[in-house]
Amino acid sequence: MANRIKIKKGLRIPLLGEAEETLRGRVTSEYVRICPEDFHGVIPKLAVKVDDAVKAGMPLFFDKNYPEMLFASPVSGVVTNIERGEKRRILYVEVKADSTIQYEDFGKKPVASLSAEEIKKSILNAGLWFLVKQRPYDVVAAPTKEPRDIFVTGFDTAPLAPATDFILNGSEADLQAGFDALAKLTTGKVYLSISPKIIHKGLRDAKNVVITEFDGPHPAGNVGVQINHIKPVNRGETIWTLNASDVAIIGRLFNQGIVDLTRTVALTGSEVKQTGYYQMVIGTQLNSIFKGNVTEGISLRYISGNPLTGRKIDADGVLRAYDNQVTVIPEGDDVHEAFGWASLSPKRYSAGCTYPTYNKKYRLDARLLGGPRAIIVSNEYDKVFPMDIFPEQLIKSIIAFNIDKMEQLGIYEVAPEDFALCEFVDTSKLELQRIVRTGLDLLRKEME
Amino acid sequence: MKALRKYLDKIKPNFEEGGKLHWLYSTYDAFETFLFVPNTTSKSGVHIHDARDSKRTMIVVILALVPALLVGMYNVGLQHYLAIGQDVAFLTKFFYGLLAVLPQIVVSYVVGLGIEFAIAQVKKEEVAEGFLVSGILIPMIVPVDTPLWMIAVATAFAVIFAKEVFGGTGYNIFNVALITRAFLFFSYPSKMSGEQVWVRTADTFGMGKGAVIDGYSGATPLGQIATTEAGGFSDFAFHGITGQPLSLSDMFFGFIPGSIGEVSTLAILLGAVILIATGVGSWKTMLSVFIGGLVAVLLVNSFAQNAIMEMPVYYHFLLGGFAFGAVFMATDPVTSARTEKGKWIYGFLIGLVAVAIRVFNPGYPEGMMLAILFMNAFAPLIDFYVIDANIKHRAKRAAVTK
Repeated sequence: MANRIKIKKGLRIPLLGEAEETLRGRVTSEYVRICPEDFHGVIPKLAVKVDDAVKAGMPLFFDKNYPEMLFASPVSGVVTNIERGEKRRILYVEVKADSTIQYEDFGKKPVASLSAEEIKKSILNAGLWFLVKQRPYDVVAAPTKEPRDIFVTGFDTAPLAPATDFILNGSEADLQAGFDALAKLTTGKVYLSISPKIIHKGLRDAKNVVITEFDGPHPAGNVGVQINHIKPVNRGETIWTLNASDVAIIGRLFNQGIVDLTRTVALTGSEVKQTGYYQMVIGTQLNSIFKGNVTEGISLRYISGNPLTGRKIDADGVLRAYDNQVTVIPEGDDVHEAFGWASLSPKRYSAGCTYPTYNKKYRLDARLLGGPRAIIVSNEYDKVFPMDIFPEQLIKSIIAFNIDKMEQLGIYEVAPEDFALCEFVDTSKLELQRIVRTGLDLLRKEME
Repeated sequence: MKALRKYLDKIKPNFEEGGKLHWLYSTYDAFETFLFVPNTTSKSGVHIHDARDSKRTMIVVILALVPALLVGMYNVGLQHYLAIGQDVAFLTKFFYGLLAVLPQIVVSYVVGLGIEFAIAQVKKEEVAEGFLVSGILIPMIVPVDTPLWMIAVATAFAVIFAKEVFGGTGYNIFNVALITRAFLFFSYPSKMSGEQVWVRTADTFGMGKGAVIDGYSGATPLGQIATTEAGGFSDFAFHGITGQPLSLSDMFFGFIPGSIGEVSTLAILLGAVILIATGVGSWKTMLSVFIGGLVAVLLVNSFAQNAIMEMPVYYHFLLGGFAFGAVFMATDPVTSARTEKGKWIYGFLIGLVAVAIRVFNPGYPEGMMLAILFMNAFAPLIDFYVIDANIKHRAKRAAVTK
């Protein structure tokens, strides 16, 4: 019986547009784009030129600081464009995909017979290392560092999040291979967290891991919250974090000898006519699943990821590297609501009690619904922040960039996503995730 | 509404960068966002936001203040017509009070918001809503006969020196409304205490003319007990302005001389219910102020030497600004302790200090204002220790694993 931890603080935002549990097929696009900005902390150096032919699993670019850390192409084809933005920053690498994917052969390898070094090298070589992230700083893990433990979150509690049971259907063997590989990478333990609702055998009966059940609202599924409750990160320690679906991708590499970056992606959101699940590789253009399937006549916001932590994309944008979810909500810039401060409209949702609450699901748009202010209301962040940390004081120390205070208040334990709900409920409409991200980046620069 | 929206869209370019009236942009923005929810959408971070904003929060506080304000206005009329010995209809009393109080509200808002708008303009920021609450609190905590020019000067002083020099709403250390009152109290003591200021005996815009009856005394109940010659509480009786005895129900419903906001405990409790139900005011702070007061009074009762030391605890809660301060002043999130544990300590000490000032300082029978201002100064220190416990516990954990 798994250890169970009850999470009381948090918030389930009742949004319209949860994905129907039906697999609607595989989506492919002519072009596939990989955006280096997804891989936080990485300075990309190109490994290909325009017109180079690549196979799935061959590197498109690598990290300047760790040249052994490659980033795989999810498809085979020809590199057609390397789009650069300001200061020649690479925006994306575009590959024109073959109609059938040719995979680079890495050879099937039984995990049990490999050493830790061989496993690490295999993952790095195959261009999949980006799936492993690290705390502190919430960046792609530094392969040279020894992790104290590895934490895997086996469920997602974000609004409209895909059902982990469903997206991992059929990957029991890959998951176990992935867990076995991770177990070799650390002298500590591999912790897997699941929710009481998870029935997936690959998770519930996983071997070689310490399973903990987390019961509660979002952000119970955030790995940061789980770490804080199981074994918090201290100054000087490094731990690695992954999602269960990413563990399966690593397992696939060892079981099948190929890099298959296929994800089962939930199409969600109030503006989607027919929700459901699609299979696609990362970097796939999403216009084919949006076309004719979203509300017309209003301006829309397309998000790769969930409405709290996802990235804004265009209507012809691509699935970003870490996402198992695509969301479409109204943009709301064409809405002019009169006297919002006096409104009792049932369309307005608030986690607090200054609005009447209705037992229904809401269609929320991307408006801030207020202007930015200084932090005024107290105990607002704490209510949705189930960690042994004072969120407001930590935010203030980050704004002041007081390194000592940040360390004392637990900066090493948090990632921007942990502050997503705080940002949602914030009366002062501050960009908390951006503040935390900037703070972590500056701190990393100072410390490393 | 559509026509209004069209009009706003038409005039908006004048206020934007390059427009003729760009120097008034903050003012335009304040009015536009008052009328319409801004349609700016999120650029980074979360894509959806809670509907609660700063405006909503402040409106709820104002709503919670309305019962106390209305009863207070009625009481101004009631006391006035008692003082001049006339018996008039309910609405006449209320209307008299409304006329007496309205100019004070207008002056406080015009002066305070005027300064806020001007400073927001200079700083090129949006106008913060904080003064919407302070502006209505100020007339509610000063004597009804305070001259308007005094309110104007005190408000200007408080907004500039207690708030804007610290950075504006959200950064102030002391409660702005209480600083206004403290300024008045120390600058014009004769207008802020004593027997003459709590009941308006003159006419208001020609309404309610009449001579004060014989035997009139405008002292507040707390003023009476602080200056009494009676040896003990049992020898003492509260009386109204015409010498009539005051019952507990008079004190509960608010038919006693005093500031507009503080007289009716019932209306204040109604406000407390609104604040707690909406989660805008902290019930922990409110409750702990009363607990602090209770503990202090029981302690003082146990070695009582005079009437006010013997006064039972429920009189302390019903009289003066105790309840009003606990519900509306101590809970100001900016100047209060910000941690949950801190709020218990902060509230408790306010109750304790308020009673101490009341009981041991006969010259100044109302302790709530000074108690809250005093604890405003200590709130950061309380938070420091609460947070330090968390810091120590983290440091210890790190030391153990090493």
